[in-house]
Amino acid sequence: MNETLISVRDLKKYFTVRGGKTLKAVDGISFDIHKGETLGLVGESGCGKSTAGRTIVRLYEATGGEIIYKDTNINKLNKKQLKDYTRHAQMIFQDPYASLNPRMTVTDIVGEGIDIHNLYKGMERQKRIYEILELVGLSREHANRFPHEFSGGQRQRIGVARALAIEPDFIVADEPISALDVSIQAQVVNLLKDLQDELDLTYLFIAHDLSMVKHISDRVAVMYLGSIMELTESNELYDNPLHPYTKALMSAVPIPDPDVSRAKKRIILQGDVPSPIDVPTGCKFQGRCPIAEDICRVEEPALREVLPGHEVACHMVKKP
Amino acid sequence: MSENKNEKLKNITEKEDVLLNVKNLQVSFDTYGGEVKAVRGVNFKLDKGETLAVVGESGCGKSVTAQSIMQLIPMPPGRIKSGEVWLDGRDLLKYSDKEMEKVRGKEISMIFQDPMTSLNPTMKVGKQIMEALIKHQNMSKSEAKDKAVEMLKLVGLPNPERRAEQYAHEYSGGMRQRAMIAIALSCNPKLLIADEPTTALDVTIQAQIMDLMADLQKKLDTAIILITHDLGVVADVAKKIAVMYAGVIIEYGTYKDIFYNPKHPYTWGLLLSVPRLDVKKDLRLVPIEGTPPDLIAPPKGCPFAARCENAMKICKEKMPEEIKVNGSEEGEHFARCWLYHDLAPKVDNPVTKRRAKLNE
Repeated sequence: MNETLISVRDLKKYFTVRGGKTLKAVDGISFDIHKGETLGLVGESGCGKSTAGRTIVRLYEATGGEIIYKDTNINKLNKKQLKDYTRHAQMIFQDPYASLNPRMTVTDIVGEGIDIHNLYKGMERQKRIYEILELVGLSREHANRFPHEFSGGQRQRIGVARALAIEPDFIVADEPISALDVSIQAQVVNLLKDLQDELDLTYLFIAHDLSMVKHISDRVAVMYLGSIMELTESNELYDNPLHPYTKALMSAVPIPDPDVSRAKKRIILQGDVPSPIDVPTGCKFQGRCPIAEDICRVEEPALREVLPGHEVACHMVKKP
Repeated sequence: MSENKNEKLKNITEKEDVLLNVKNLQVSFDTYGGEVKAVRGVNFKLDKGETLAVVGESGCGKSVTAQSIMQLIPMPPGRIKSGEVWLDGRDLLKYSDKEMEKVRGKEISMIFQDPMTSLNPTMKVGKQIMEALIKHQNMSKSEAKDKAVEMLKLVGLPNPERRAEQYAHEYSGGMRQRAMIAIALSCNPKLLIADEPTTALDVTIQAQIMDLMADLQKKLDTAIILITHDLGVVADVAKKIAVMYAGVIIEYGTYKDIFYNPKHPYTWGLLLSVPRLDVKKDLRLVPIEGTPPDLIAPPKGCPFAARCENAMKICKEKMPEEIKVNGSEEGEHFARCWLYHDLAPKVDNPVTKRRAKLNE
C-alpha cells in the first residue's frame, strides 16, 4: 500500500533576479508521495508550491536535491530519458484559458502527447481521443472544436484529458480549480477523484484553498517561504495542527456556517509574508510567529517526525 | 390598543432605518452579439449600519448591480433600462453626472477586488486620501494631510507618516487594500460597497481585512454591501444575504435563513458544492451540473431550471415571482422558486438533511 512512487529529497530551486540577488523559491523540501495517494501542497501565494510542482515534473531544472521516481533520479536524465519520464508524469495547470493553445482543436490538443510518444496511429488514435473525452465528461462532438467554444469548467476538462491521454500514473495538478466558479469546482474535483479510483492515479494537488485540499488529499504538506512547515494526514492536520503557522492558517479559513464561524477563535497573524529574496534568519516564520523564542531567530528548525506520520518544522513543538 | 401603537411606531422607525432602497433595477449592455441583460429586475433594501452580502458566481450581475448604484458602469455600452435607487429619500438614478460626483466618495464609497489597479500608481498614497477630503470636506491641504495620516493609522498601517509618502507599488497586497479602505472611509460615507475585497488576497490577509472592516463598521456605523462569490466569507459578517443568479436575486433572507434554512435549489447547490474544513466525514461534493444561461437570450422561465433537479413544467415556462417563504415575522425571507407555490409538490431540503446527517 505505502509503496513510494516519488521521493523528493532536499529539493531546491533558486532564481536569480534583478540586481544579482537570489530568490529561494523552493529551499530544501523533502517528502514522499505514495502510489495511489493524493498529496496536497498548500500555502499562500509566493510560498513556492507551484515552483515545487513544476520542478518535480522538470518544467524547471532543480538547483539542488533529488527527485527519485521509481529508483530513477529525474534530475540526471538526458533529453531522451526525460521523454520517458514525461510519459508517466503529467501536469494540469491553473488557468484553463492560458494553458490551451487557441489555434488547436481539442483533437490536436489531446492528441499531441499521443503523437509525441507514438502511442496510437490513425483510427486507433482517434478512437483513443474519443475515449478520453468521454472519460472526462465531454463528448466526441467536442473533438473538432476550438478552446474558445468552451466554458471554463469544460476547458479544465480538456486540460485533464490532455494530461490523461498518454496514460500517466502521476499527475501534478497546480491549482486546477482556482479559476473556476464554486459550482464548477465541485464538478472538476469529483472528476479528479473518480479518475483516480478508476485509473489508479497518484496526485500532487497544489492549491491555496485549505478546505478543498483537505477534502481531496490523503496527506497535506503546508509550505511557507520555500520550506515545508508541517506534513501529515489531512484529518490529523485539522484536528491537531502543531505548527503555529498551520494553526493560524486553519483559523483564518472561512467556514460556511455562521454559528461555527462566529464562535471560532481567529488567530490573526500580524504583518505580511516576507519577500523570498530577503528571507529572515533562523525559522522563516519567526517574524510573524506568536510564540517565537531566541533559538528561532538563529537556527532554522528541521522537519522532523513528532508523532507517527506527523512531521513538523518548529523548535517550540516538543515530542510528547 | 397600546400594541397597535407600538406597531405603528415600529413601522415608522423601520422606515427611517432604511438607507438604500433599490427597486426593479434593470441594466443591459449593448454588444455586437446583442443586448446582454446583466441585471434583470433587482429589488432590495438596506438599513443604516447593516451589512448585506450579495453572493453569486461570475456573470450573475452582482458587480453590475453595485456599480449601477454608484452609476459607475460605462454608458454606452451599458444602459440602466429602468429602476430606482433611493438613498436617504433621493432617487440617485435621476441625478446628473455632476450631482453624482457629490455622492460618490462622500455618501457612498467603493472598494474593489484588485487594489493595485484601483490605486493610482503615480501618486503618493497619502495624496490619494487627501483628494477626497479636499473635494468633499473642504479641508485645507495641511488639515487633509493630517487626516490622511490618521486614516492610515486607523486602518492599521504601521508607520503611517512614512507610508503616506509612499507609492502603491511599495505596499503589499494587504496594505494596498487597507489604503483603499482608508480612502473609501475618509469622508465617513453612509454606505460602503465592497466588491470582492479579499478575493485577490491570501487567507491570513483576508482574515485581517475582514476583521478590519467589521471593526471600522462598528466604529463608524457604515452600512456595507459586500459582494462576493464565497459563502464562507459572508458567514461571519453579513446580517442579510441576497443570492443572485443570472441577473436576478433568487433568494433573500437573514444569514440564518440562507445558511440553515435555504429554500432555493441554487442556494442548496452553492452550499453543498463546497467542502468544509471543519467536517471530518468525507461527504462527496454535490456539484451543480451544467453552466449558467447566456444572458443575451435568457430563458423565459426560471433561469436555473435547466440545472435544477426539481424543475417542473412551469419552471421552463414562466419566471417565478418573489415568494415569501418564512412563517415568522423576523425580516423577509423570499425565494424566486415555483416549489413554494401552493400547488407545488413538497421536496426535501438537502441542506437541512445534510446538517442532520453531520450532527449524528
